[in-house]
Amino acid sequence: MGRLTAITKRIGRAVRASMSLATLPHGAAARVVGVDGSGAATLRLIEMGIVPGAAIRVVKAAPLGDPIQVCLRNHHLALRRTDAERISVVIDG
Amino acid sequence: MSAILQSDQNAVSAVRGLARPLSVAIAGNPNAGKTSLFNSLTGLRQKVANYPGVTVESKTGLWVLDPHLPAARIIDLPGLYSLDATSLDEQIARDVMLGRAPAVADPDVIVVVVDATNLVRNLYLVTQLLETGRRLVVALTMIDLAERAKLEIDTARLSEALGVAVVPVVAKQRRGIDQLGQALLQAVEKSAPGPSWHFSPEVEAQLALLSEDEPARRYSVMRELFSDAQPKNIDQRTALEQSRQQLEQADPNWRQQPLIARYEWIERVVNQSLHFGGDGRLSSTERIDAVMTHKIAGPLILLLVMLLVFQSIFSWANLPMNLIDHVFSALGDGVRGQLPAGILTDLLVDGVIAGVGGVLVFLPQILLLFFFISILEDSGYMARAAFLMDRLMRIVGLNGKAFMPLLSSFACAVPGIMATRTIESPKDRIATIMIAPFMSCSARLPVYTLMIAACFSDRKILGVISAGVVIILAMYLLGVLVAILVAWILKATLLNAPAPPFVMELPPYRVPQFANVAHAMFERAGLFVKRAGTVILAISILLWALVAFPRRPASTPSEQVQRSFAGQAGRAIEPVITPLGFDWKIGVGLISSFAARETIVSTLSIVYNIGDDAKGQSGSLVDALRKAKRADGSPAWTPLVALSLMVFFVLACQCMSTLAVVRRETNSWRWPLFMIGYMLVLAYVGSLITYQGGRLLGFS
Repeated sequence: MGRLTAITKRIGRAVRASMSLATLPHGAAARVVGVDGSGAATLRLIEMGIVPGAAIRVVKAAPLGDPIQVCLRNHHLALRRTDAERISVVIDG
Repeated sequence: MSAILQSDQNAVSAVRGLARPLSVAIAGNPNAGKTSLFNSLTGLRQKVANYPGVTVESKTGLWVLDPHLPAARIIDLPGLYSLDATSLDEQIARDVMLGRAPAVADPDVIVVVVDATNLVRNLYLVTQLLETGRRLVVALTMIDLAERAKLEIDTARLSEALGVAVVPVVAKQRRGIDQLGQALLQAVEKSAPGPSWHFSPEVEAQLALLSEDEPARRYSVMRELFSDAQPKNIDQRTALEQSRQQLEQADPNWRQQPLIARYEWIERVVNQSLHFGGDGRLSSTERIDAVMTHKIAGPLILLLVMLLVFQSIFSWANLPMNLIDHVFSALGDGVRGQLPAGILTDLLVDGVIAGVGGVLVFLPQILLLFFFISILEDSGYMARAAFLMDRLMRIVGLNGKAFMPLLSSFACAVPGIMATRTIESPKDRIATIMIAPFMSCSARLPVYTLMIAACFSDRKILGVISAGVVIILAMYLLGVLVAILVAWILKATLLNAPAPPFVMELPPYRVPQFANVAHAMFERAGLFVKRAGTVILAISILLWALVAFPRRPASTPSEQVQRSFAGQAGRAIEPVITPLGFDWKIGVGLISSFAARETIVSTLSIVYNIGDDAKGQSGSLVDALRKAKRADGSPAWTPLVALSLMVFFVLACQCMSTLAVVRRETNSWRWPLFMIGYMLVLAYVGSLITYQGGRLLGFS
């Protein structure tokens, strides 16, 4: 927990900047800000419920570091890092 | 007539007008419980077929809604998240729902299966369907899980907000099934509800502009606008292009807008009708995942699961397989004893009975594999296996879901190829099918064993390790390496496609239901016998004829084979296979092994004239191979020849069952013909390099 708050502080005391889902610390509760792009891949992410305002949390990464497991509205999805990079989030609180 | 009128005034009055039975489609997200609902609605009154011209399966059945009405024809659609399809399965599901699929009835009502524990995402499909103006009924599943997670759903409010009936169902206990039927009959007589949400002012303005002649076309215009549609009519096309440009200027991510608008509306509706009694978490799932996808425990558990599946199809299936084998050879002997010797008896025994046995012998493996696959799928573990393996599979351009089918192919490519259905992307699926036969299957083992016994039996490497073990291991590795290479090439050329986003649901863990598992097992087995089985039977009769004709009544079996069409063919291909180190006898073996790889052992026994019965004679076959000489007196079988032959068996697709099942799974002869062709070329080149390279290095 201490590590987590430290990370949160480091991210920016002044501005609660949005960050990419790929860099979100594991376990941190966050909200989706948006997904960048208009291609089919982006739209599929949105169709799966990754819309602005949705609660999201990175649960863990697969043993080889990719894909990552995220918890979205209490449901779990596996995403590849390349897709996660296009999702911007902001840490709750 | 009076009886009908009494049963349900409202519903029947609407349905009575229909001369045909109601047509109902069941749609929903994957993992939402669609299949168990379909199974409990139709019982065993269902049949599986392919949609015309494509590989996607359509399952149809009959549902008795009301004893006084003809049973409704019900179609189980492939799972989909959205009408904006990314995979072939999703396209088919969409086309059927919108009444656009050729040769499939336009559904009167769509039952949308909605997972109560995941309302927001599941309702997305409902909002899209509402826009299309179809008649819907929502079946709310997983309510027992929702209750456990302390989710209280106000179905009346949800129904009011959506404008369609919402019926909670528990398929296993048949709870809510009658209510679902009634809601469906009522939906038929009502007009379809319309959506009640709006998009951004910019989008609304463009929609109004484009559909000003007919406001009813609003949503079809919207679909056109947000797709890449280019209407033939110039005016329409220019209007669309202008609208797209204006939207693009206002917001580069404009294509996201309708999706986000639907979700905003859903969030409002769900907030009103869903109450969290707790934190809403399905907490057990994350605890199980802590072990199942743990950095160290995860791969270990996957390894254990692999071993279990592997062990079962590799070894446990042996007992029933041998039993089937014995039953059919006993049956063959019995029939031969009863009938007069002659061509018809031979056809019946060696062609038909042996052929049927050759089909049924696969059943134990298929049943066992699909037993495990259904359990792994239903429990939610399969998605975790794909999660663990995705990074590795990506090296060759495939995703994690290709892992299980390829693993199964080490036992037998036939069930392995059937298991590729879990891969959504059609090109990834074909690529997986194309490399599956490189996994050294159990039918190659008798060939490896014979070669090692004949040519490497007493050799040791470094004095302790037996050469045979190293060679078998090398053959397995060779298959895997070539598979990686071929997958990589195929994905870069023929099957090149932009990688579909890998957004995979990790569904909550559930206890698999026995009924669903049994259903899946027997469905697969039945389909195999019906579709692939007929092809296998036909080819085995053909191969029998090649060995049995032309007839030489007075000759020994060995002479018969030598002079048969197969024997002549063996001699004919001898110049081609001499550079590989093979003589015409091996050529006959290669031709006959097209039926099944291990057939080469019995063919060689016959060609080398080892008694009448080839079975159980491998000991003397080994001696015969060691003593065999070529015309010039040099030994026919050297370690290099054996190695060359093994390489050939690793790389060639000598298995009509594999080809038959590829034909069935890809629904055309194109891919199986491509498979046999390119694998044959690879096998030839591989053997050539082995034999000629070996000779250059001074081996013999």
